[in-house]
Parts: sequence; structure tokens; C-alpha cells
Amino acid sequence: MDSTGPDATSSELLEVEGVSVSLSGRRILDDVTFGVRAGEFTGLIGSNGAGKTTLLRVILGLQRPTAGRVLVLGAPRSHRNRSMGYVPQKIMLDPDMPLRARDLVALGIDGNRFGIPTPSRQRREAVDEMLHAVDAEGFGDARVGTLSGGEQQRVLIAHALIGRPQLLLLDEPLANLDLKSGQEVVTLLDRIAEEQHIGVLLSAHEMNPLLPVMDRIVYLAGGRAASGPTDQVVRDEVLSALYGYEVHVHTLHGRILVVAGPMEESGLPPDPSLKAV
Amino acid sequence: MHWVFEPGFFSSGPVHIACVVGSIVAIVSGVVGVFTVMRGQSFAGHSLADVATAGGSGAFLAGVSPLFGFVAGGVAGAGAMEMIGVSRARGRDLATGIVLGASIGLAALFLYLGTTRSSTTGASQQILFGSIFSIVSSTIPVVALLSVLCVGIMALVHRPLLLSSVSTDMAAARGVPVRVVGLLYMLALALAVGLSSLAIGAILSTALLIGPAAIALRLTKRIGWAMVTACVTGVGAVLLGVLLAYDSYYWSSSHAYWPVSFFIVVAIFLGYLVTELPFIRTSTTRRNETRASTAPDLDSMSRVGSGQSAGPTR
Amino acid sequence: MFADFMINAWAVATIVAVIAGVVGFFVVLRGSAFPAHAIPNGAFAGAAGASLIGVNTLAGLGVFAVLAALGIGALGRRGRHDVVTALGLVVMLALGAVFLSQTTEYEPEIFSLLFGEVLGVASNEILPVAVLGLVCIAAVLALYRPLILSSVVPDIGEAKGVSSHRMEMAFLVVVALSTAMTVPVVGALLIFSLMIGPPAAARSFTNRPPLAIVLSVAIALATVWSAIAISFVTNWPIGFFVGVFGALSYGVGRAWAAWRRIRAVGSGTSRTVDTLTVP
Repeated sequence: MDSTGPDATSSELLEVEGVSVSLSGRRILDDVTFGVRAGEFTGLIGSNGAGKTTLLRVILGLQRPTAGRVLVLGAPRSHRNRSMGYVPQKIMLDPDMPLRARDLVALGIDGNRFGIPTPSRQRREAVDEMLHAVDAEGFGDARVGTLSGGEQQRVLIAHALIGRPQLLLLDEPLANLDLKSGQEVVTLLDRIAEEQHIGVLLSAHEMNPLLPVMDRIVYLAGGRAASGPTDQVVRDEVLSALYGYEVHVHTLHGRILVVAGPMEESGLPPDPSLKAV
Repeated sequence: MHWVFEPGFFSSGPVHIACVVGSIVAIVSGVVGVFTVMRGQSFAGHSLADVATAGGSGAFLAGVSPLFGFVAGGVAGAGAMEMIGVSRARGRDLATGIVLGASIGLAALFLYLGTTRSSTTGASQQILFGSIFSIVSSTIPVVALLSVLCVGIMALVHRPLLLSSVSTDMAAARGVPVRVVGLLYMLALALAVGLSSLAIGAILSTALLIGPAAIALRLTKRIGWAMVTACVTGVGAVLLGVLLAYDSYYWSSSHAYWPVSFFIVVAIFLGYLVTELPFIRTSTTRRNETRASTAPDLDSMSRVGSGQSAGPTR
Repeated sequence: MFADFMINAWAVATIVAVIAGVVGFFVVLRGSAFPAHAIPNGAFAGAAGASLIGVNTLAGLGVFAVLAALGIGALGRRGRHDVVTALGLVVMLALGAVFLSQTTEYEPEIFSLLFGEVLGVASNEILPVAVLGLVCIAAVLALYRPLILSSVVPDIGEAKGVSSHRMEMAFLVVVALSTAMTVPVVGALLIFSLMIGPPAAARSFTNRPPLAIVLSVAIALATVWSAIAISFVTNWPIGFFVGVFGALSYGVGRAWAAWRRIRAVGSGTSRTVDTLTVP
């Protein structure tokens, strides 16, 4: 798939091996294994409560797995990880927060360092460049608390990217966006993944908006995961094995629909319990 | 000019000390307060002041300098709150309130015991509402030292603190020691509260912490400027309060001073109300939302915010 | 301690505990800890002002407390709620301080108004206090269902025509009235402890509102009665015992809840679901 680029045969950027997580006696993740390669767009798909956020937190080092390990660039992940950019789902955006969009992006350069930063032209130019890359120049000077969902998302992406990470993780970035904004974000991410040769891992509970750009899918259900190219993973047998009950995959007008239970021959479903995937 | 500056104002020793200490304390409160308001921790800040009250009362009972008690109480309270997780999660009001209640109860006990033991009068008044005119000049070096320490801590942690205020997960993922940063911030908060308790009383120190900062956050969208504005506003309120309190001696024939803290608190409150006035609100909101008119506003359907229309380009 | 002059104290304390227990349940439910702490300070300023101009203390308490409640409710809607509450709280304390500074009895007055006074209520005030108490409880009972609705699921409440804002204002006024009569005995700074400690503890033991309210009142009564008794004997301020016992009851409640959680996990049963969400 990835025939261009210097290291076409290099190991994966991110390797998740046999990760299991149990919380309060409940098994949330069970032996999850997959990898993310540079320049690729990987979708982490699962319904609410399937464990997507938990998995991302394990990868980021915010949650210790009960079993398994995470390798970043071939080495076990260390505490401070410069090679990963993270865009969380929810941030505290008080209207009073004295941060302009460009300030938040600037924090992506050195927000984790102690002490007072020295204002430099380099920083300002880097911020401007990044704002331009995500089409956020128009509201660069606005308070972050006044931004719309989509604008916020772009600023957060710029914040994550300005540190030049090799991996970009996003937790349900499409959740609060309308269809158009969501598509814009997805297109933007795909472009960035290609241009900067970054690996993108994005979680969502609905896979259809990602179909055009997704190179690989990691499908989470019942705590277990199946990963690979979309057409190999999103099939009846694979998903049924994951869910633990009979599940059918239907394609309607280029959209994928995953439905539980058998469908009658006549085509009229007796009681289709649509799984919002 | 005579009735604004009553005779002896500029030459009075206690007035000098009051102005110096008050201004230092206002600056410290302004710097820390911006973060306190931004993180929605007004209640926590106030509760810390009440714990400081217990500390100050305890110091009074023990016959030790109240400043020591205020700061010690504040630090103990900050430690307790950090354990509860106040600085990391917004709210936690209930646990905070319980700590507050217990502290005030303790303060009541200490004040009672202290008053009966030493049969001094005016102790409650001093501890609770401050007595800036009775600060001795030997306190100034200690105040200055603690203030430098407090501002120094804030200078050190303000970036990671800002980051964790936006999102603790984001900060943690970047390798920020969120717990440590939170603790340092609470320490700075405790110092600020302790210091301002000396000037305007433990119960009222919240005004100096929250008020100027809230005003500043309304007026500006950059954190550096917010801190400067908060400090200037705080110092202004303090100096005005000192002046008016000094003048109040001459206001009635009974020659009873009005408490300085009263004027400071009222000045701050009025300042905040002014920023609430309709025309000031809309003009600052518009300024806070500046965006270039060229960018098409595609997300207007999904707008999350105050719903104002795009303003003029800067 | 059951002498004639103490009967007042016991009577008023009982009324105080019942009111605090009932109203406090909703304070905890709505997460209105901060306003509940701020409003009594309005009562403090009112009492101080009343004593300055020689007006009936109870009237001063009530009027100022209600004004404070309305102010916080109105301003809080427009600006930052917690900032407004903090500033309002402090302004009222400062006002009270100023009023008292103009009287001659500064120190003892401050102390008893802030920290409570066993003999804080005169015998001719018991009836008005009792009546006000009944009014408050009646108001709470009348508003019971819409109040719970708008506290726990405000959106559903709005859909059913229960205006969140109006509920908030009404509730704050109830808090104001209940603190007005409780302040003379328990103290402006400590009534808050009585309003959140016992109810918070009660909620650790049960999830059903009626039971929780009864338990809350019971714990509040126990707190106030023991506070009066011990205060009478030691002469220590009532507020101290109220604050400390409030914290103790809360601590016991938390410990109990934690122990139950550990037992549930250990035996493999799923977590008990909290039907009333904790803010």
C-alpha cells in the first residue's frame, strides 16, 4: 500500500500488542492487537462504550493495560512522548479562557515546559503556518471559547501537529460536528497524513464518513478487535465473531450498514435492530 | 483637594505601610486569581480563605503572628483540596464545602478560646476583616519574600498549568506532570490567600482574588494582559480603599474609622458590575470574537458559543 | 440545660434542624453549595444593619437574605455564576462588618452572628420563626416534583414547562428564608454546614428522596441537639460543633459508601447505580 517514501518496508509507527484492560471487574478490552503505519489513515470504529477512548488512553500512556504492551517506533512507550499528537474529544472551553486560537496552537510547541517563553519571530511564523495549514487563519485571534465545534477541532489539530509528531491520535473528532464540518475535518486529516507522512488514528462510532479515506480499520466490539483493510474486516463472519451474535453487513449506495439478526428472504426485516456503528 | 485627601494622609506611617503591603498583596492576588477564575475555582479559592481563617485564629490562640497562621492554614487547606482532587476537576463543591464548614467551626473555637484566654478585644475583627493599618513594618520583608515566592511559582508553572486547564488529558499526553503542577498551583493559591488575609481579612480576601481577575478576563483575551489588568485593578482598589478609610475618620462626629476592607470589596464589586453593563458587554464580546471577514463561516450551523455575528477585522 | 431560658434554644434548634435538613437535601441535589454558603451572609449583613438602625433583627435577616438570593439569581444568569456568588458573598460580609463597626458592641455581635449563639433567639421570636419554617417546608413540599425534575434533569423539566430559571429563583428564596431564621442560632458561617453535611451523609445511605430527606433531618437534629448540649456545658461556640459534626457525618457517609462499593466489587456484582446523580 505504501510504496512511496523512504522507509516503505519499515516497521509500524505504532504497535498495539495483546492489550487487555479490566476496570472495576469489567473486561473492557480483550487482547487487542493492531498497528498503524506512517502516511496511513486508520479508523478505530466502535459504538459508545466499546472501549475506544480506553484504548486511546492506553496508547497515550494515560491508562495502564492489564496485559499487553504498546510499542511506539519499535520501542516501548516512554512517559514523555514527542512523537504522538493528541486531539481529545472534550476540552474545557470556558468563555473566559484567556486564550486566542493562535495561543492554543502556540502551546503545542512548548506548552509542557516550565518557565516563561521568550517571544520569537520563529514561534509566531510557525503558528501562522500551522493556522494556514488547517484553514484557521480567519479566526486565529478569536477567543477559543467562542469558536464553533468545527473551528475548535481545527485549532486542536493545529496544536497537535505543530510539534511535528509522527503519529496523530484523535478521540471522536466527528462526534459534535455537523456533516459538512465533519467531512472537512476528515479531508484535512487525510491530506495532512499524506503530505507530512504521519500516521493518523481516529476513533469514531460511525464509519461511513471515513470510508473514502480510511486505509485500515480497527473494529471494536465486545472488547475485541479486528484490524485490516476495510473490505477484509467489515464482513459478516468477522463481525459476527467479534460481536458474539449474528450480524450482517449491507452496502447501500456506497454506505455500509451493519445490522444485527437475520433478514427475511423477502427483504423485509422482521425487527431490524440497527446497530449504530 | 482638601476633602479628598484628609490632613496627614501622605505623611502617615501606617498609611504608607498599608499602601505598600496592600499593593504587593493585590499584585499577587491578581496573578494567581486569573487562573482561579479561568478554572472556575472561585468556590475553592473562597474555601481556602476560610481554612486560612482557622489558621489565623489558631495563630492568635497560640500567640503567634497571624500571617504565619494564615499561610499555614492556607497551605494545609490546599493540600487537603488537592487530595480531594479539587484542582483537577471542576466542581467537587460538596467536599470543598465540608472542609470549609469544618474550618470555620475550628476558627470559631480558636477565636473564642483565644479571646477568653488573653481577654483582648478586636481579635475576631482583625482576623476576619483585616486591619491593614495595624501592620508593623517588620512584616513587610516577610510579605515581600512570600510574594516573590508565589509569583515565582506561577511564572514557573503557568504554561503547563494553562495546558492542563484546557485539558488534563492533553497535558498528560504531552508529559506534563499534572499532579505536580496542580499541587504547585494550589500552593501559590494558598500563599496568595494567606497574604491577602493579612491585608483585608481572611473572609474578604476572596474579593481581591476573584474580582480583579474576573474584570480582567472580561476585558482582554490574552493571559499576559489579563494578569496585568488584574494587578492594576487590584492595586487601584486597595489604594482607593486605604484613602477612603483614612478619610472616614472625619465623616462623622464619632470619629469611627470605616474598615478598609469594606471599601476595597465594594470598589471591586462595583468594578465588576460596570463590566456587566450592557454596552460594555457587547463591545468586549465583539472584540473577543474578532475574525477576518474573508473566511467563509461554514460552521455557522454547528456554532457553539455566544451566538454573536462576526466582528470587524483587527 | 433544660432550664426555662434554654427552652427557646431547644425549640428553635429543632425547627432549624428540620428546615436545614429538608432544604439542604435540595441544596445538595442541585449542587448549589456555593449559593447556600453565600446567602446566609446576606442575612448577616441584614441583622447587622437592623441592629444599627434599631429595627427588628428577624426582619433585617429575612429582607437582606432574600435580596441577596434574588441578586445572586439575577446576576448569576448573565455573568459567571461562581464569580458573582463569590463577590456577592464577600460584599455582604463587608456590609455587615461596616454596619457593626458603627455600633459599640462590635466584637460580641460579630461573633454571635457569624458563629452562632445558643440564646440567639428571644422567646417572642419563636412563633415567627416557627411560622416561617412551616412556610418554607410547605413551599418545598408544594414544589417537590418540579424541583426534583429541574434539579436532576433540567431539560425534561423545561420540556414540561418547568422554567429552570424560575425554579432556581424560587429555590434560592426558600434558602434565603430558611437561613434567615437559622442564622441567629447557628451562625451565618455555619448554617451552611448544617445544610450540606447531613443531607450529603443521608444520600450515602439511601437513594430514595423521601427516605433521604427524613434521614437528613434526623442527622441534622442529632447534630444540633448535641451541639447545644455540649456548647451549654463547655461554653464553646455552637458553630464549632455544627461545623465539625457536619464534617463527621459527611465523612461517615463517604466511608459507608466506599465500603459498600468495595464489597460489591469483591462479590462480583455490578456497581450500584446512583439514581440521583451527584453533581
